[in-house]
Amino acid sequence: MSSYAAPLKDMQFAIAEFAGLEGIAALPGCAEVTGELVGAVLTEAGKFAQGVLDPLNRSGDRQGAQWRAGVVTAPDGFAEAYRQFAAAGWNGLAAPTDYGGQGLPHCIALPLQEMWNSANMAFCLCPMLTSGVQEALTHHGSTDLVKTYMPKLVSGEWTGTMNLTEPQAGSDLAAVRTRAVAEGDHYRIQGTKIFITWGEHDMAENIVHLVLARLPDAPEGVKGISMFVVPKFLVNADGSRGARNDIRCVSIEHKLGIHGSPTCVLAYGDHGGAIGRLVGEPNRGLEYMFTMMNHARLGVGMEGVAIAERAYQHALAYARTRVQGRAIGRKSGDRVTIIHHPDVRRMLMTMRAQTEAMRALGYLAAGELDRAKSHPDASVRARHQARLDLLTPVVKGWCTELAVEIASLGVQIHGGMGFIEETGAAQYLRDARITTIYEGTTGIQALDLIGRKVGAEHGATALALVAEMRELDAALAGAGTFFEQMHTTLAQAVDALESATRWLVDHYHAEPEAAAAVAVPYLKLFGAVAGGWLMARAALAVAARRGTSDADRTFIDAKLATARFYIEHLLPPAAALSLTVTRGAASTLALDPEGF
Amino acid sequence: MKVLVTVKRVIDPYVKVRVKSDGTGVETANVKMAMNPFCEIAVEQAVRMKEAGVVTEIVAVSIGAPQCQETLRTAMAMGADRGILVETGTVDMQPLAVAKLVKAIIDKEQPKLVIMGKQAIDDDSNQAGQMVSALLGWPQSAFTSAIAVNGDSADVTREIDGGLEKLTIKLPAVVTTDLRLNEPRYVTLPNIMKAKKKPLEVLKPEALGVDITPRLKTLKVEEPPKRSAGVKVADVAELVAKLRNEARVI
Repeated sequence: MSSYAAPLKDMQFAIAEFAGLEGIAALPGCAEVTGELVGAVLTEAGKFAQGVLDPLNRSGDRQGAQWRAGVVTAPDGFAEAYRQFAAAGWNGLAAPTDYGGQGLPHCIALPLQEMWNSANMAFCLCPMLTSGVQEALTHHGSTDLVKTYMPKLVSGEWTGTMNLTEPQAGSDLAAVRTRAVAEGDHYRIQGTKIFITWGEHDMAENIVHLVLARLPDAPEGVKGISMFVVPKFLVNADGSRGARNDIRCVSIEHKLGIHGSPTCVLAYGDHGGAIGRLVGEPNRGLEYMFTMMNHARLGVGMEGVAIAERAYQHALAYARTRVQGRAIGRKSGDRVTIIHHPDVRRMLMTMRAQTEAMRALGYLAAGELDRAKSHPDASVRARHQARLDLLTPVVKGWCTELAVEIASLGVQIHGGMGFIEETGAAQYLRDARITTIYEGTTGIQALDLIGRKVGAEHGATALALVAEMRELDAALAGAGTFFEQMHTTLAQAVDALESATRWLVDHYHAEPEAAAAVAVPYLKLFGAVAGGWLMARAALAVAARRGTSDADRTFIDAKLATARFYIEHLLPPAAALSLTVTRGAASTLALDPEGF
Repeated sequence: MKVLVTVKRVIDPYVKVRVKSDGTGVETANVKMAMNPFCEIAVEQAVRMKEAGVVTEIVAVSIGAPQCQETLRTAMAMGADRGILVETGTVDMQPLAVAKLVKAIIDKEQPKLVIMGKQAIDDDSNQAGQMVSALLGWPQSAFTSAIAVNGDSADVTREIDGGLEKLTIKLPAVVTTDLRLNEPRYVTLPNIMKAKKKPLEVLKPEALGVDITPRLKTLKVEEPPKRSAGVKVADVAELVAKLRNEARVI
């Protein structure tokens, strides 16, 4: 069994190179964000992830959360770990200082999310949802709501949840039926919500649910959904915890993965109606939910990076110790550990190269988020927001789809033992599997990408990014023989991305069905080419440092080898997806529904 | 009461240590470094005593390269109030020179208690604490697993070969920590942020009037020999014979 060690060097490298730490430190309110601070925070968080969260990952998976007569118990050790997590202040990392947070930028928060998820994804969903509630309340809640809930959510004394899904309303939230009826200064909520992550548990003294529901006079569809705060325990005027609200956890789901995290069915209002308060204005709930959903999508993308990293570390530890067969081409001599076998190395390199590329893109998006939020110039903010909007579905969709493949490779490296739960490799595959589904499936991400992000603006932001990718061309061309292959392969891949983007721009409005049919291949193409671009940038950046006296040769050589592997092995097949995008729509739809 | 704690920057205990190819030492360039675990226990002890109201100020001291500032920041994030770094650059710091520098700072700071790690996990010398005590002429309690201050004295428990030794020592004194004294805490985020603002003084050995020239010469550093395969013995008699005649341990 391996133990998680945060990949501090690559994290710091990606924060500096791709989030652009220097630029972020120059933003208002970020003066404290130095490389030294990032190093200290990452180091200490890494210790916590390794020492407290990681040891509970496997036991949490095996035991799972338990439901008994409406009471949900987290796996052994989780409540104590959560107490420590909150007491250490990690919950308030990015929260505003006004409410007891540290107000640190996303270029630190996202790497930390990666660590928590690598160590224990099931656990980490609880604080992640809590920060989502914080964000919704600060953006849209009244002063009174913010005052009542924010300090406790930031300290972690209370946790938060998102209540969107109902049995008939999954990806299609227009079908939400939960009702809210005004009664004095509050509302009575009635209905059933499903798939509520950490919707009931014993780790905190109160749970703050954000619930989507309809007012009696609300219009049909998505424009008739409002957002309510519905706490498990009502809050008295003095801020203390009051009576139990009319919410019951009816059951928890039996899932493929993330067993440590209870996924609840919540019944609201079986005894007259749960008391809730409106967030913002009526009928704007979905719009509010989306402001934080985009952020949450980046977070789920990081879950993909996190699981990929953890699966890689686990497989690497196994490959270093498992002795099997002689080295290829040797007929005698000692048997060797399987890391000596070329195909095992190919699998490890695939895991490593994709994980580093995903991390690069994820952290780049975190940097865009910081600039979009805090840059003093409105036009610069708008530019970064457009870039962030474009990249969000790519980070979410691409990183999670790859995470499943990478975790699957992790199982493969273990051979037959990987299929046996005792080695722990399978858990990462099972846990990764949800990431392509929740917070919008890959299909939904791809529709968002081709629609709101590419189609609606005729590809402006996407083509600007393509142009920026081409700016690397000259540097690669002049960087010496090592970079020759990288130069030509990347140039072809960028061309492929451009032609696919132009095809989508041309067809999105005229043939929406055809565009939708190839949306996922386009998303994967986008991610893979962006990943190749960033790996090439990484290679150039480390090559430039190679000659300096304090150069970290081990890191530099590994990065160069990994970037080269990415470009030679992973980029060409991904770039070929351009052909699928531009020619593959018709065959996707050739069989009509009856034809299957 | 003021406490002085010493913290040493060493190779992270989780990192596999590699010997330099020229045999002059071990590879430290671009290797992950961390606070010596016994020093962490020393800081933790001081912080607990401050939380209990016994201690009013904690001064953390480190000696070595400029990067030791990071180690001092960690000590301050754990709860030390300020830090002092004696910057010695690339000089190979040996226990006696370290002890003399620590003594010089103690002369300035006048703490009532000095808590040091019993040894550092890099060189495993286990000497600096004892030397500081000797240079000062103060009582010492090495390998300490419990400490309670009572006015001008402290009741300590020491881990010795035969078991536990309980002593009362007069203050000021030097205490070195053993593994079971406490379990260091995880640093909290707000305290990392606060630590950045705590005072950190940087001194040179010359300013303290200490000659840090090494007195010991390292001839060669090499990997320990690989363990050879074991043998199966037929019975206890053969085992005893081998222990007596081959291993010569009984």
